[in-house]
Amino acid sequence: MENIKIQGTEDTPKVILDKDNEIMEISGRSLPEDVASFYDPVLTWLEEYSQNPNKKTIFNFKLVYFNTASSKLLLDILMKLEEIHEAGNDVLIRWHFPEDDEDMEEAGEEYADIVDVPFEQVSYSL
Amino acid sequence: MDNKKDVKGFLEFVYEFYKSMKAHEITLVYEGEITHQITKAFTSLTESNMAKEDEPGAVQRKVFHVMVECLQNISKHADDFTSSDFLFSGRGIFLVSKGDNEYSVTTGNAVDNDRIEELTTMLETINKMDKDELKGLYKRQMKEGRLSDKGGAGLGFIDIKRKTGKELEYHFLPISNDTSFFLLTSTISRDD
Repeated sequence: MENIKIQGTEDTPKVILDKDNEIMEISGRSLPEDVASFYDPVLTWLEEYSQNPNKKTIFNFKLVYFNTASSKLLLDILMKLEEIHEAGNDVLIRWHFPEDDEDMEEAGEEYADIVDVPFEQVSYSL
Repeated sequence: MDNKKDVKGFLEFVYEFYKSMKAHEITLVYEGEITHQITKAFTSLTESNMAKEDEPGAVQRKVFHVMVECLQNISKHADDFTSSDFLFSGRGIFLVSKGDNEYSVTTGNAVDNDRIEELTTMLETINKMDKDELKGLYKRQMKEGRLSDKGGAGLGFIDIKRKTGKELEYHFLPISNDTSFFLLTSTISRDD
């Protein structure tokens, strides 16, 4: 399947979805003008990926900022990953947050509460 | 302004306006249509000012969050407005002020009077909630809420209260029989 590679901008995150090289990542800032249309290709890609996923899926979130509208779409992505996990596949979410950013750390904890999928919190220094 | 006296009067007004801004410690004020471009411009301007002044990272992030949610509230809701008074439609006022102890972000936009009750109930509910209740509400709304046509998730006010830890102050002032001006101000402590 085709890879997705979107360069990050000041208001949209960098997105890499590469099945063959097992790289899945959303990073940077997310406050797109139209959240639904920005994340639509990501959800479509995951839908297709879920038909025939890799043995192990590691999905990295490394966001420094996201607005409330994006938070809803991030949950949609996580729920897709949950489906893949529920279908009996190995899935791991890695939630990266700047070490001094409690809100971003807490956002990860909240998502981990909502979706039933292995979740790992990873702190990093900027 | 067709004569010197009017020009002078106007310039005097500008000076009064300037003094009044200084007195209220207003660092940014805008009236007009709030677009995504405006949102990006204001947040990056405020961000670079805060960075220049070595504002702590946590404060910078909170101000950024609150600004984005407030601006998006106006851009997504100001044109819900059904009045024929185009003076107010799709527009609003946005201002940021910076005091010794806190930043405040204030918005004002026209709303139909029949939305006042709904807004008041929502804001009162959020204001009364403690940290855990807000967290529960945010999670529930994120899971069950639907994105509106304009991309609003109904999470903005909850997020502002969570990020600032302070009540959202608001006020409605009558414009006409059908419409009111809705003012909302959020404060972010600089002592964090």
